[in-house]
Amino acid sequence: MPSLDDLRKRITSVKSTQKITKAMKMVAAAKLRKAQENAEKGRPYSEKMNNVILNLSKSITDKENAPKLLVGTGEEKVHLCIVLTADRGLCGGFNTNIIKKAKSYFEKIISENKTLKIITVGSKGYDQLKRQYKSYIVENISFKESKNINYFDADKVGKIIIEKFEKNEFDVCAIFYNKFKNVITQIPQEQQIVPLNEDKDDKDDSGNDNDYEFEPDEDEILSNLLPKNISTQIFKAMLENSASEQGSRMTAMDNATRNAGELVDRLTIEYNRSRQAAITKELIEIISGAESL
Amino acid sequence: MSNLFNIDIVNPEQSFLSKDNVFEVVIPAVEGEIGILKDHIPIISFLKPGIIRVFSDSEEQNFYVEDGIVEFKDNTLSVLTSSIFDLKNADKNFVSESISSAEAELSKDNIDDQKRFLLNHKVEVLKSISIN
Repeated sequence: MPSLDDLRKRITSVKSTQKITKAMKMVAAAKLRKAQENAEKGRPYSEKMNNVILNLSKSITDKENAPKLLVGTGEEKVHLCIVLTADRGLCGGFNTNIIKKAKSYFEKIISENKTLKIITVGSKGYDQLKRQYKSYIVENISFKESKNINYFDADKVGKIIIEKFEKNEFDVCAIFYNKFKNVITQIPQEQQIVPLNEDKDDKDDSGNDNDYEFEPDEDEILSNLLPKNISTQIFKAMLENSASEQGSRMTAMDNATRNAGELVDRLTIEYNRSRQAAITKELIEIISGAESL
Repeated sequence: MSNLFNIDIVNPEQSFLSKDNVFEVVIPAVEGEIGILKDHIPIISFLKPGIIRVFSDSEEQNFYVEDGIVEFKDNTLSVLTSSIFDLKNADKNFVSESISSAEAELSKDNIDDQKRFLLNHKVEVLKSISIN
């Protein structure tokens, strides 16, 4: 049985923890709104970009000579995985979910005897992966210094990918991030960006003949556009990720605050009981002392 | 009949400009400037450093862009660019910084002709901005 003093200390410490988690929740909620806004603002760009590329790739007739970023190198030996995580912890299962998704992909690659290369963006991902996959990690990028997510950072990652592609360092490239569905649900995503997945031709609008005029020709536009598309996709992933991170943190901190509240209630009852017990004991001692006189 | 069409300029962070009352836009496409009027045929092209001029009923707006993609379709002109600013609130420091970094890039030996051409062009445009 802990003493009264111990109990009192416990209660104060839990209460102060509760204050912290509550504050973190508030901060996350404020940041979430901004991140969500940013994600929505950034959407038109990537959508339009996708549209243009779709229209372009439809009009490409010579598949053999098409840019390799679009059709791939023809091989599937070396996989490059970009794992996008947060720089901070205390956000529930956010980082763990991405890592879990990525790990199952890694295992598949390794079991198929293909070469695996990993780039981690965000320090938490690096921390979690370095124990098991240290030898595969080729680069570790973190944008801790930049306060907001900006295109400039995404472009840096994009340039690294392009550079590696031009040096023939990989054949397939996939990115891992959390897609923001709503505040409580974030879905870990795996998206292939090189070669570009053409799974969108289900909406077959062949009747709609887009007689575009191209200036200069299609190939040149495509080879100019595809590297930009990679940066755009990364940027989109980063925006989704930051909204997810804040959402996840908000839910986690909300839970923590509630748990702390329950703990305080329980501890208070225990404290009151043992205080009452002590009083009763003293009273009995006094009464029986008086009776014996 | 009106001779107006829509323009959307978006950069990765947000939608930069959206208007539905422009009658002419001049864009610095990579093979020369293109003036676009209503009912232009669908076109996709990309930009070199230069100035986008947007003419609407009431006013004329000028923007500096470094690169980007333009698409014109169904009387909507979409401009996707990662670097754009309004000439009216051009940041002098930023302009001169861009000039010097482009010039530094130019002085390297290992750049190809196309890049050299683009950089020369960029310096030219930026200098003309800083004079005004």
